[in-house]
Amino acid sequence: MASNSKKVLFGLYNDEEDLKSAIKVANDGHLDIMDVYTPFPVHGLDPVLGLKESRLHYLGFIYGATGATFGFLTMSWIFTRDWPIMFGGKPYWSVPAFIPITFEMTVLFAAWGMTITFYTICGMWPGVKAKTLDDRITDDKFCVAFDVTDASEGDVDHLKGFFSKTNAAEVNVKTI
Amino acid sequence: MSHAVAPVRHILIEGNKSYHNITEDLVSPTEKSPTREWVVAFTLSAAFLALYIFSIVWTVWKGIGEWGANRTINWAYDITNFVWWIGIGHAGTLISAILLLFRQRWRTGVNRAAEAMTIFAVICAGQFPIFHMGRVWLAFFIFPFPNTRGPLWTNFNSPLLWDVFAISTYFSVSLLFWYTGLVPDLATVRDRATGFRRKMYELASFGWTGSAKHWQRWEALSLVLAGISTPLVLSVHTIVSFDFATSVIPGWHTTIFPPYFVAGAIFSGFAMVQTLMIITRKVLRLEEYITLNHVESMNKVIVLTGTIVGVAYLTELFIAWYSGYIYEQFAFYNRVFGVYWWSYFGMMFCNVVSPQVFWSRKIRRSIWWTFFLSIVINIGMWFERFVIIATTLARDYLPSSWSYYRPTWVEISIFAGTIGLFFVCYLIFTRVAPVVAIAEVKSILKVAGDQYIGKNANKKHH
Repeated sequence: MASNSKKVLFGLYNDEEDLKSAIKVANDGHLDIMDVYTPFPVHGLDPVLGLKESRLHYLGFIYGATGATFGFLTMSWIFTRDWPIMFGGKPYWSVPAFIPITFEMTVLFAAWGMTITFYTICGMWPGVKAKTLDDRITDDKFCVAFDVTDASEGDVDHLKGFFSKTNAAEVNVKTI
Repeated sequence: MSHAVAPVRHILIEGNKSYHNITEDLVSPTEKSPTREWVVAFTLSAAFLALYIFSIVWTVWKGIGEWGANRTINWAYDITNFVWWIGIGHAGTLISAILLLFRQRWRTGVNRAAEAMTIFAVICAGQFPIFHMGRVWLAFFIFPFPNTRGPLWTNFNSPLLWDVFAISTYFSVSLLFWYTGLVPDLATVRDRATGFRRKMYELASFGWTGSAKHWQRWEALSLVLAGISTPLVLSVHTIVSFDFATSVIPGWHTTIFPPYFVAGAIFSGFAMVQTLMIITRKVLRLEEYITLNHVESMNKVIVLTGTIVGVAYLTELFIAWYSGYIYEQFAFYNRVFGVYWWSYFGMMFCNVVSPQVFWSRKIRRSIWWTFFLSIVINIGMWFERFVIIATTLARDYLPSSWSYYRPTWVEISIFAGTIGLFFVCYLIFTRVAPVVAIAEVKSILKVAGDQYIGKNANKKHH
């Protein structure tokens, strides 16, 4: 843990609009933002931060397709190969009757697959200790953070200047 | 980014709230000691839960002969209650998923509680088929798994097995959807807590920080889960209706059942959401977050779905007459005027006639009317399932087998007990988690807060 710890300089803003204009200033000044933390999903933040669209839904499709294939093939194998039983004179491979379960398996695999992937790529799991910079970030503060572990004093002053120029309500340093 | 807000937008957050006010108001019920109303309600619910446990133990110990079901009416109280609870369990996912896809902002006030309600209602629903199996210790036989009995597989052509898959999928997906939505709010609770409480919420919030990338993924996940939950929620009650519709019983074997059951489920689910939210907003003082605009929107859904259900009832009767098939005609004549005529008229009155008063805006916005009618609708939807199940079976093919069903005290206790189980779960939920989605309410503040929109707006948008 200790080797991974970072020294972070962060500023807190009172409003998401202040946050967005601050990020634009940072972009113009080519400052390397480590991360931005907000109490709720702020709309219009992703393009300003240059975040690419999440690819989670592509995975969702793959998981769903896997579930559909697995469900359908399992039923087909059981009723035609492993233990064929005649129900009411209907064909062994009664495809329309397999539709509901195939659908449910699609949804089940897509939902679980995506959710597990989401927590894994976000590094979130029960027992993970949150690297919280400030307790008010989940309340009403909007935070811009810079990694200053290897920064010179001049760089830090430059960043502090950026925060005061963009009307940050508070500026703090924390090691996480 | 400037938001243009149409003047027709409703105010959904009252009281000139700041972001901090929202946190304060919505988290504080989990931080204070329980109110007296809560303690009384919890004690009462726990007593009913105890009754549930007693009557279930009685059933398992003595066998399901203790129930009033007989060879003719082999599905009765239990399946009626099962379908009733499953129907109630439809509103949560509907509010979260379908209203998210339709971008209805009012969902944010009620989605969290409605999703919790869904999960608890499905738990209650599951009790009935499980214990109706009789030898409940063999209940796991309903799942297909490689075994040493052949292997003996389940019948994948049976709607009862489709139901097993539909309901277990629905339960687990609703749980994921609900909990993932809850994680950022649990982090809010965590960051205000200290000591042991903080440790518990640290565990529950999975290390959430509110990073921009996490929010982006969280929204992507919510949207896709909503997208797949929408057909899921429709499939669940469709498949429940298949339990009846794919049989060869006159009165059950009808193609109208899937849409009619789905509309009925939404109808009863919204009624239960109204019942719960009206109490919750009062007891937890959340009137500024669950406003009359929310109540009115839900009443509009109720009058729509109630009317769809009414059309379905009349269509059934018309088609039975029009078919020219005397057995079908008898089944429906019997449904209306047979031994259980009172449940048919109860159903018609509660589900079709009573919600029509919601055409009046004044009544849609009246708390007392809404509360009263939500209870009436809950009763009416119970009658509907009883009508479909017991009435139909009571007069089957052979007049010599005709029978009458009345529930025993064991069945009544199990049903009353599941209501206790439901409320115990719900009351615990109101103590440990915010009942209104904090982050989502904050995200609509600037387009739905009364200081930004409406007549008395005093702040401009950026």
